[in-house]
Amino acid sequence: MSERIVKRNATSDVLTTTDSLLRATGLTAAYTVDGGEVVAVDDVSIDMRRGEVLGVAGESGCGKSTLGAVLSLTLRPPLFVRSGELEVDGRRLDLGPHQKPPRSWRGEVVSLLPQGAMNSLSPTVRIRDFAYDVIRAHQSGVRRDDAIERTRQRLEHLDLPRRVLDYYPHQLSGGMKQRVVTVISTLLNPRLLIADEPTSALDVSSQRVLIEMLKEMLSEEIIGGVIFITHDLPVLNIVADRIAIMYAGQIAEVGTARDIINQPRHPYSAALLSSVLVPEPAMRRTRVQGIPGAPPSLMHPPGGCRFHPRCGLVMDVCRDQAPPKVGDERRFASCWWAEQNPGQNPSQNPSRAREV
Amino acid sequence: MSAPLLTASGLTRVFGHGRNAVHAVDDVSFTLGRQEVVTIVGESGSGKSTLARLVLRLLDPTAGTLALDGRDITALKGSALRAYWRDVQAVFQDPFSAFNQFFTVRRLLARSLRLSGATEDRGEALMGQALDHVGLSARDVLDKWPHQLSGGQRQRVMIARALMLQPRVLVADEATSMLDASLRANILNVLGDLRRDYDMTILFITHDIGQACYVSDRVLVMCQGRLVEQGPTDEVIFNPRHEYTQRLLADVPRLHDTTLG
Repeated sequence: MSERIVKRNATSDVLTTTDSLLRATGLTAAYTVDGGEVVAVDDVSIDMRRGEVLGVAGESGCGKSTLGAVLSLTLRPPLFVRSGELEVDGRRLDLGPHQKPPRSWRGEVVSLLPQGAMNSLSPTVRIRDFAYDVIRAHQSGVRRDDAIERTRQRLEHLDLPRRVLDYYPHQLSGGMKQRVVTVISTLLNPRLLIADEPTSALDVSSQRVLIEMLKEMLSEEIIGGVIFITHDLPVLNIVADRIAIMYAGQIAEVGTARDIINQPRHPYSAALLSSVLVPEPAMRRTRVQGIPGAPPSLMHPPGGCRFHPRCGLVMDVCRDQAPPKVGDERRFASCWWAEQNPGQNPSQNPSRAREV
Repeated sequence: MSAPLLTASGLTRVFGHGRNAVHAVDDVSFTLGRQEVVTIVGESGSGKSTLARLVLRLLDPTAGTLALDGRDITALKGSALRAYWRDVQAVFQDPFSAFNQFFTVRRLLARSLRLSGATEDRGEALMGQALDHVGLSARDVLDKWPHQLSGGQRQRVMIARALMLQPRVLVADEATSMLDASLRANILNVLGDLRRDYDMTILFITHDIGQACYVSDRVLVMCQGRLVEQGPTDEVIFNPRHEYTQRLLADVPRLHDTTLG
């Protein structure tokens, strides 16, 4: 990524350094339900540099997709943002309960590649007409031929066959559908692409092709950065520059992909990593233990550290006091254990495993 | 090894006709030994799920035969086919579409039990036992509606449903692919443990080589409807012979090895 930082614009304004792509502060979002509120994203702050891929990982129900919806400004009732501020590429946006995000942000500043995106193509509409619809929704005066021509150029630029324009979705394979949807969702050159589980439905070969395409889009600056939401840590190992591990609506740990995978500091990250099944000879001999229990209901999250009921390294302080952030904005773990054992990897601690 | 429990020979399924004919499964032969876990791996579209549906007798083969315990079951019909389904059960990929959302878990399980002809009391006991095996408590889940369960809980209910019938063969078609890594490991452990308790043979279908590597005794590799390689897990995964298997393995993202390919 270094060559991109070199291109930094010297005439930056005072508020932001130009290699900062995203600064999200204090994002809090809640679902209103019968019995009250479910705070699915709880005071989350994220920093991203230009050209970066930030992986967001965690179990189902940890608020990953909700965070994606907040960042991409695509949330719908019963999900509401309570507070937070977004700054993408120097443009600021206050997200409050009564703020309506400007239409011009969606698709151009931030764009969402939703979960199961390949099913978002309409089965009775050819790809070219779908692309025209998407462009027309943002640029009302655009001519149909121009819109299709732009899509064609983009497809060719990314080495995808132009003939897919004439196809209906059922004529494309799963991997190709996902690539086409990715191309369409980035037609307006969004600065930040939020990709929610983009590779989960694909087999390994199609996963790899999609990841290579995303990387090419980054290096061609078609997109400025990617937030890659997935529960698949091995995929993040090959695609992400940095990883944020989410648990129960909060960020448990952030760091470079290499640090998180090789030197996790939060017991949750370590437990997630040790439950991953990879084709390595050691897998054949060991019994892999998943994390006991399930993520808490966010309607009544446990007090203190939210992970403490499932944590093998739980201490008394974890039960009633919220954990401190150990580290700086770009590399931290929210954990009492990490504070008392600086720089240590919880998975190498002998007292770690607690049997169910 | 004793005589195989399930034998497939020359199994073929063609969809379409003439120029448009697609050989989804093309002359596939394999065996499942008792209490063995055999995994079929391959890319999307390689015919894995069609093969599973043939084994389950949800699809009729165009050619080839299937035998359970030496008895030809390729052309079973009516009550004989229903008897076969008592022996061979399945868990599918998507726990979100496998439930009737208007039925409680109890009603869903009770409907499956009709296949076994168990009485109501015995049925209740079977449900409790099967749920217990997958780490769910009958008291907690039996009266819940599907939307009140998480994805992992739903999939475990589906596995419990299959276990209740005490099948001899369990076909798990991408049964753990939609789950988190943590839950996936737990469920695979459950399956591995239960095959002994239930004297169960498992045909596991996945595109995830990590899972195949973890659970299976033997691995079969499918490519475009054909079986291109089969053998003990260690040999197929750590010393693949066929070019397709090698390519498939090279594409698998690893955790501790960033130099791929």
